[in-house]
Amino acid sequence: MRLQGRKIVGGKAEGELVVSQKPLSFLGGVDPETGIVTDAESDIRGQSIAGKILAFPRGKGSTVGSYVIYALKKNGKAPKAIIVGEAETIVATGAIIAGIPMVDGVDVSKLRSGKRVTVNADEGLVEIEE
Amino acid sequence: MYLTKEEELILAGEYGYALQKAMEILVALGEIYGAERLIPIKSAQIAGVSYKNIGDAGMEFLRDFADAGAKVSVYTTLNPAGIGDDEFMEKQMEVLELYRRMGIEITSTCTPYYGANLPKFGDHLAWSESSAVSFANSILGARTNREGGPSSLAAAIVGKTPNYGFHLDENRKATVVITVDARVETFVDYSALGYHLGKVLGNDVPYFKGLRPSNVEYLKEMGAAMAASGSIALYHVEGETPEYRWAIADKLETIAVEEGDIRAVKEAFSDDWSEIDMILIGCPHASLAEIKEVAELLRIRGKPLKIPLFITAGRAVKALADALGYTETIERYNGRIIPDVCFVVSPIKGWYNGVATNSGKSAFYFRSFGFSVRLDDAENLIMEAP
Repeated sequence: MRLQGRKIVGGKAEGELVVSQKPLSFLGGVDPETGIVTDAESDIRGQSIAGKILAFPRGKGSTVGSYVIYALKKNGKAPKAIIVGEAETIVATGAIIAGIPMVDGVDVSKLRSGKRVTVNADEGLVEIEE
Repeated sequence: MYLTKEEELILAGEYGYALQKAMEILVALGEIYGAERLIPIKSAQIAGVSYKNIGDAGMEFLRDFADAGAKVSVYTTLNPAGIGDDEFMEKQMEVLELYRRMGIEITSTCTPYYGANLPKFGDHLAWSESSAVSFANSILGARTNREGGPSSLAAAIVGKTPNYGFHLDENRKATVVITVDARVETFVDYSALGYHLGKVLGNDVPYFKGLRPSNVEYLKEMGAAMAASGSIALYHVEGETPEYRWAIADKLETIAVEEGDIRAVKEAFSDDWSEIDMILIGCPHASLAEIKEVAELLRIRGKPLKIPLFITAGRAVKALADALGYTETIERYNGRIIPDVCFVVSPIKGWYNGVATNSGKSAFYFRSFGFSVRLDDAENLIMEAP
């Protein structure tokens, strides 16, 4: 399956999908030391986003979340790429300062955790292995 | 988004890492929100100052940025800092030092317009403190979006911001009319009105009918409460604020505020004095007039307070209060003026557990931190306090 989105931060990545169907807060929602989701309302609570391709509909919560994404990167626990339905300031800024490829405009409800996926953020392209 | 030749070069990294990252942030936001180009800004005001809020992650980012030679290119001031134990203060001072290295004025206040950073009508800005954004947009008629910490810093470095949102005429029009059929006369009435509407309204630009604020602090307070309990960044008051004449476009929905709405807010924050261990005035940071009022009230009260009274203010305002003798009076009655800091962004739970305040914004945050809260006008608080 090929999904066409829009480039927010360029770059390419390949890996395993971890998909949250709910909006994700990074400040207080993801542990910057471990990459494990701690947000009590999250449907992927307890899962690690480190080294994965992370997909969720949109960010929520404090704008400090951008710095949490940066810290994840510095600690080697960042996702390889980020796919969102709708980009907003917090996640976009975090992805830019951390240098994580990011695509928006993708219908996240079509994605399933565990699938292999290739992200070509320069082209805004997401390819999911069948 | 259209970029000039120079902007393209910055984006390509020709002017170094820091400018490139800053430009990447601006361009990405411009693309997300459909800006056609970047526009120059007159000043920036940056949130993300308290170590409690940004933590080690934010500090690491700021350090890397400062080490890369990031420098602001427009006049830039900071949000208030936090106050805490020695370990906290060491980190807090380091955060301020990182901002200073980037050429930012270390004047840490949520009311920069009382001194260091006063925009004029029509100026484009990149401000991030929500109450200051509301004041600049609504009362001064300057133009800024609700920036996040990193985006206001990026704009300060580049000296530009993407032209979208509240920078554009069409987005500054009212989206809802508010008729006020309640008695709204005091500071706390305005505070309660703002708090109520922040909860009721969405991403609106309200147009108020029937408000006659006797001073600008009342509007400052209303805007701060609306921006805390909701996300309102711009409002118009008929006959009062500078853009009200062209704010109404088409037929708009009308929401009536009644006496009961104001009363409900006050009743929600009416914890008993026995649960209160400090009084807080100055959220947003106090003006000289507010400090003068407190000094006069304390003199009328005539005996010291048993619990401490804190007034938070910008250091320019504090210096004036010192020079005019208000600080001395306030200290004589167990009060203190604390410059540069904000208790809302400070880890003070445990030091204090109950706050009496005239600020709807403070009431909102302290309740969320589990404090007992009493909301009333400065006059009542000072006369009734133990």
